[in-house]
Formats: sequence, structure tokens, C-alpha cells
Amino acid sequence: MSSGFSIFVIVGTILNVAAAVWLLVWMRKKRGESQVTTDTTGHVWDGDLREYNNPLPRWWLWLFVITVVFSIGYVVLYPGMGNAKGTLGWSQKAQFEAMQAEQEKKAQAMLAQFAGKSATELAQDPRAIAVGRNLFANNCAACHGSDGRGAPGFPNVTDGDWQWGGDPEAIEATIREGRQGIMTPWVDVLGPKGVDDVVAHVMSLSGRTAQGGDAAAGKAQFETLCSACHGVDGKGNHALGAPNLTDNIWLHGGSQDSIRETVVKGRNGVMPGHGERMGEARVRLLTAYVLSMGEQRVAQAGP
Amino acid sequence: MTAYQFGQAASVAAGTLDGPPLVAGAGAKGAAAHDEGAAVRTDYTDGVVRQFAIMTVVWGIVGMLVGVIIAAQLLFPALNFDLPFLTYSRLRPLHTNAVIFAFGGSALFATSYYIVQRTCHTPLFLPGLAQFTFWGWQLIILLAAVTLPLGITSGKEYAELEWPIDLAIAVVWVAYAVVFFGTLAIRKVKHIYVANWFFAAYIITIAVLHIVNSAEVPVTLTKSYSAYSGVTDAMVQWWYGHNAVGFFLTAAFLGMMYYFIPKQAGRPIYSYRLSIVHFWSLISIYMWAGPHHLHYTTLPDWVQTLGMVFSLMLLAPSWGGMINGIMTLSGAWHKLRTDPILKFLIVSLSFYGMSTFEGPMMSIKTVNALSHYTDWTIGHVHSGALGWVAMVSVGTMYALVPRLYGQTKMWSTRLIDWHFWTTTIGIVLYVASMWIAGVMQGLMWRATNADGTLTYTFVEALKATYPYYAVRLVGGTLVLAGMFIMAYNVAKTIGQRRGALEGGPAVASA
Repeated sequence: MSSGFSIFVIVGTILNVAAAVWLLVWMRKKRGESQVTTDTTGHVWDGDLREYNNPLPRWWLWLFVITVVFSIGYVVLYPGMGNAKGTLGWSQKAQFEAMQAEQEKKAQAMLAQFAGKSATELAQDPRAIAVGRNLFANNCAACHGSDGRGAPGFPNVTDGDWQWGGDPEAIEATIREGRQGIMTPWVDVLGPKGVDDVVAHVMSLSGRTAQGGDAAAGKAQFETLCSACHGVDGKGNHALGAPNLTDNIWLHGGSQDSIRETVVKGRNGVMPGHGERMGEARVRLLTAYVLSMGEQRVAQAGP
Repeated sequence: MTAYQFGQAASVAAGTLDGPPLVAGAGAKGAAAHDEGAAVRTDYTDGVVRQFAIMTVVWGIVGMLVGVIIAAQLLFPALNFDLPFLTYSRLRPLHTNAVIFAFGGSALFATSYYIVQRTCHTPLFLPGLAQFTFWGWQLIILLAAVTLPLGITSGKEYAELEWPIDLAIAVVWVAYAVVFFGTLAIRKVKHIYVANWFFAAYIITIAVLHIVNSAEVPVTLTKSYSAYSGVTDAMVQWWYGHNAVGFFLTAAFLGMMYYFIPKQAGRPIYSYRLSIVHFWSLISIYMWAGPHHLHYTTLPDWVQTLGMVFSLMLLAPSWGGMINGIMTLSGAWHKLRTDPILKFLIVSLSFYGMSTFEGPMMSIKTVNALSHYTDWTIGHVHSGALGWVAMVSVGTMYALVPRLYGQTKMWSTRLIDWHFWTTTIGIVLYVASMWIAGVMQGLMWRATNADGTLTYTFVEALKATYPYYAVRLVGGTLVLAGMFIMAYNVAKTIGQRRGALEGGPAVASA
């Protein structure tokens, strides 16, 4: 904001309040005067519209004065006139930082009890799981769902099918550093018929039959072009985040149309890294919680 | 006791306790007048007033119907039927534009044209131009009703319409100013009546607000970009947004109140000097209060502070109007038993007082940190928009329509009473549910666990709000039902032979 405009606002607001107070003082009646009048001002409009001229109600007058006095005091204490800081030295940035620091101090005291434990150990500790659940709800649920079952494009983290590996270290690395899973578009390379053939082959990997397309021809294309990431047998590669195509679990949808879209347009899945923002302790607790969700699945599945 | 029985009992009571209704003959009162002694005329330009009065009812129904639809969508999202033009994001600005500018605007055009003639003792200046403002305003509303569902928007709240429509608004508004101030200029009385001060302030200020905030760079016929950027744009927007509340929804409707309460009560205004003090302090202090919409944002701290303290100083000036209205009724309280129009007007002032207390409280940073972005704000807005604006407009229309169509009262007083109770109960349900929902959301959003995480996810707070959305839908439906009752009553009143509806608790003078 330019200083000229700041000066305009400062002068304008001060003059405005001064004028309002002046008007109030001018229009008030002294204590001795009659409090209620029955005489009108003498003006008449539209046959019968008249005005009494009763004094300003005293409680109302004082209400006005109190708000003005409070406001002047507030502007002295807090920043309210351009660059003037206010005698309390308050700023919203300082308030925010102080609140955040206080919160973090309490949190660190609470997290200290989990220090030095591995994710596998923490996964057995109900107190750690409770914290992990909170962290998941705050940071992960927006994409992966509050139950961790994901959504199209966002992996289900409870089903034991991992793009980037399901051991504690891999999960922790995923959370700390984030992941980016890129598949390039293949329509220019494959051509329309090639796309149909590859889609047919991919569907056959999970024991399904496509509408149209030559799966055998697709197999040859797959082994040349797709196997670099997904493997010759289509079982994927954790090092590259390439999904297993044989288990009938689909990150971007398993219908023929979805698979065709993936082959034609490619995919670009991004998970941001959380390590810098959360710190190691929270990343480990979150890892423990994700592990525990997998265990629940195994328990529910029964013997 | 049903509203019908209540009305019956009240009529009986009135019959025994009260004399005949005060009907002030123009001649008798005119003789008593002092310096303003001009006799009341009968050659006023009322065609345009009738047109705007009828459209007030029509747009009230349309605007509130859209409101009920989007309230239902919040509860049942499938109700947008996956059609882009029925999505919440497109219907919500249609709702706000329809109730504020179509319903509220038509009510203000009607009453300002009616009042300025009666209180200046002259017909309208340039009646042809007044007709232009009617057709122009209706065209603008129709364009809004088409473009907003199509997703054509400048994205500024309460100023969504794109630049060609903005230009049309500016033209119509200048024409409105010419008619209004022209009529003031040719007045046959020396003093300008208080209602006209408020209408004058509203017409001038809305012109300035609209032109400054709508400054934009056109790209195509249906797309433009704001002339301002970043936080400056936000500040200009809320300088506009808050003063649209202050001048369109407050000052102008106070003008309506200042004519129809003394008329309907048959009593003089309580205090001339109070009206002077609260008028000037209201219109000046309002100008600086906009930043309270931007607490804890990138707006500089000191501007936020000014927004807060000027909102606090706005409390007394706002209440000045309520005191003047309510105290005008003192000595005529018994009329509330028989006159549902007065009930509308007095309850509107009560809601006005309540929401103008609530507003300054919500502008305090500490309170705002809890209330901002929650449904509390929605509750606050509707206690003002339904409780004050809609109720004073509806009460006024019930007083105005018979006068415009040569009757002394509406076709059915009992239906006015029904409308009063449905709308009052509806508003209470609406406002109370949104208060509870808002405070609950604010508390849920800020709750933290010992480990530093938020206790609730957003969707948990949303789920907890569902029952209140249901109560709000019921409340809104009741208010809409009241508008249908009104439409029926107005149609019946207009359909009668002139002078057919007489007597009863009614209209002080015509």
C-alpha cells in the first residue's frame, strides 16, 4: 500500500471519529432539560408525518462514547495507524508463530516417549497407533481416504499391494521423500491397433478378456516396450513404482476404458514428501500406523 | 391457539379496547401543518411503484426458492443432477443476487419512489426515466439469471455479474439517481424528510461502490479481469461488500422503516436529533469497517485493526435507527394485537438490533478467529437478510399494496398473520441452527490433540453439521411458504374492485 494512501486512511479515520464525537456532543441535551418531549419539530410531511425531538437516550450516548474510547485505546495498544506498531508490539505473524511454537513444544514432549523405537515396534503400541491415526487423518486422508482405502489415482494402503514396496523402510521412505510415478503416453508409439492389442494383453494378465484387440500381438509389444518397467511377466517393479498388472488391483481403474486411457495418455502420480514438514518422529509413527492397517487386513481375512 | 384463533381473539380485544382505526384525513392534517402546509396531492406517479412492488413479490419467491434448493443440495448433493448449471457453485450467486438485488432492489425502488413523492409533495421527476429504471433493472436481473447458471462470473462475491451487465447497472443507477434527486430538487416542502436522507446516501454510495469495485479489463464479451490485484483486490472487494450491506441492506431499508413505521403506527418519529446523529455516524463509520472480512489474512495488521474498531463504533449508530423505530411505537403498542403489518415491522427492527450487535462482536479478532469461514457467518447474514431486510420489506409491501390499488387494507389480514408466523418461525430455525452449527464447526476445526494434530478432519465437522443443515432447510422452506401466502394475498387484493376492501385494522392513511 502506498504511503499516500496510508496517510489518506489515517487522516480520514481520525477526522471521521472526531466528527462523530463532535456531532454527539452538539446534539446531546444537558442533564437539566426535559427528558421527554411532546412537541414535534413543526415539520409535517404527507399529511401526518411528524417528528418529536426527544433527547438522545443517555445509555445509547454512553454506549457510543464507550465504543469510541475503547477503539482509541485499542489503536494505541495494537497496530492501527500505518507503520505505528502499537505499544504491545503485537502482530498476527508473531501471534501465529508463538501459538505454533507452543503447540509444537507440547507435541514434542508427547512424542518423546516413542523416541528410538522402530516402526515395527511402534506398530504394536496402541498409544503410537493412536498418534499415527491422528497424523494420517490430518495429512494423508485427503488423498488416501480416512480409512486408507484410496481412490482412483491414489493407492489403497491397506490391501498389501504396494507400488513402492511394503516393508517398513520402503514405506518410511515413501512418506519422508514422497514419490512420483510416471508412465509416458504410448499412443504415438503403438498406434491405435497397438493400443488395442496391448490393452487386450494387459487384461489377459489378470485373467480377463478384452472386447477386441489381439492379446497375442499385444504380448509381443508388451515385452518390447512395457516390460522395462512392469517386467516381462507384468508383475511390476517396486524400484520404479511400476504397478503389478497381474493381481487385478488397479491404481487408475481396471475397466477396459481406464486401461486404454492409461496406455494412450500415460499417468503421472505424485505424492509429496512429508519428512521436512513433519520430522522423523512423526514419519515413523505414520509408518507404524500404515503397517498396522495392513495387519488389520490380514487379521480380518482370517486364517 | 392457532394463528387464526389468535387473530380472532386479538380482533375482539381490539374491538373492546380500541377505538376505530386511526384514519388521518389529508385535509384535516394539512390544515394543522405548519411551514410545510402544502396539501397532500393525489397525482403521484404510482405506475412504476406498482410494477416494482409486484416484482418484489415475484423475485422474493424466485430468490428464496433458489436458496431452498441450494440448502437442500448441501443436505442431498445428488440434487444437482450432475448438471453444471444446477451445481451449488452456480446457484449460490444466483440466490444472493436474486434476493439482494432483485427482491431487495425492487422493494427499494418501489418504496423510494413512493416515499420521495409523498414526502416532497410532488410527482416523480421524469416519470419516463423512472420507467426506464424499471425495465432496465428487470433486464439486468434476467441477464443475471441467465449468465450466473452458465458459469459466467467475475468471481467477486455480490458483484459476480460480468462487465457488460456492470455497465448496464451503472446506467440504470445513474437514471435512478436523476429521478430521485430530481424529485428532491422540485419538492414543494422546505425540509427533506429523514427517509430521503437514507435513500440519498444509499443511491450515491452504491454508485461509487459499484463503479470502483467493478473496474475491470474486458477480455471477451463474457470475461474480464479485475483492475486490482492481490490483497488490494480483496480490500476493494470487501470495502464494496461490506458497504453493500451497509448502504443497500441497512441505510436504504432504514429509509423504508422511517416512513412506514410512523405511518402504520400513526405516531410521530421519536427523535429528530437522534436521526441526525445516527444517520451521519452510520454512513461515515460504515465506510471503514470492510477490513473485518479479512482478519488474519495478508491484509496489513493495521488495516485489520481499523476494520475491527470501526465495526465496534458502528454499534451505537446502527442501534440509533432501531431505537427511533421502536420508540416511535411507544404509545401505540396495543396496535400490535390487531395489526400484523406492525408485527412484521417491529420484529424486523428486533432482528436488525440483534444482527447489528452480532456484527460488531464478530468483527473482534478473537471472536472472528472462531466464527470466520463457519456457518455462523451464514446465520448472521440471514438474521440480517431475512429477519431485517425481508421482514421490513414484506411488512411494507402489505402496507403499500392496498394503498397502490385503491384499497385500505389487504384482502386477508388473517393470511398476513399466517405469513408472519411462518416466516418468524422459519427465520428462528434458520438462524439458530446456523449459530449452533457455526460455533460447533469453529470449535471442531481448532481442536487439537496433545500430539499437535487436529482432532477432527474436515469431513467429520461436515458430517456433524448435517442435522443443522436439515433444520436450516426446514426454516428456509417455511420462509418460502410465507412468500407464497403473500403472493396469493397480493393477487387477491389487486383483483378486487377499487375501494372494496375497507375497515378493520389497517392502514393509517392513504
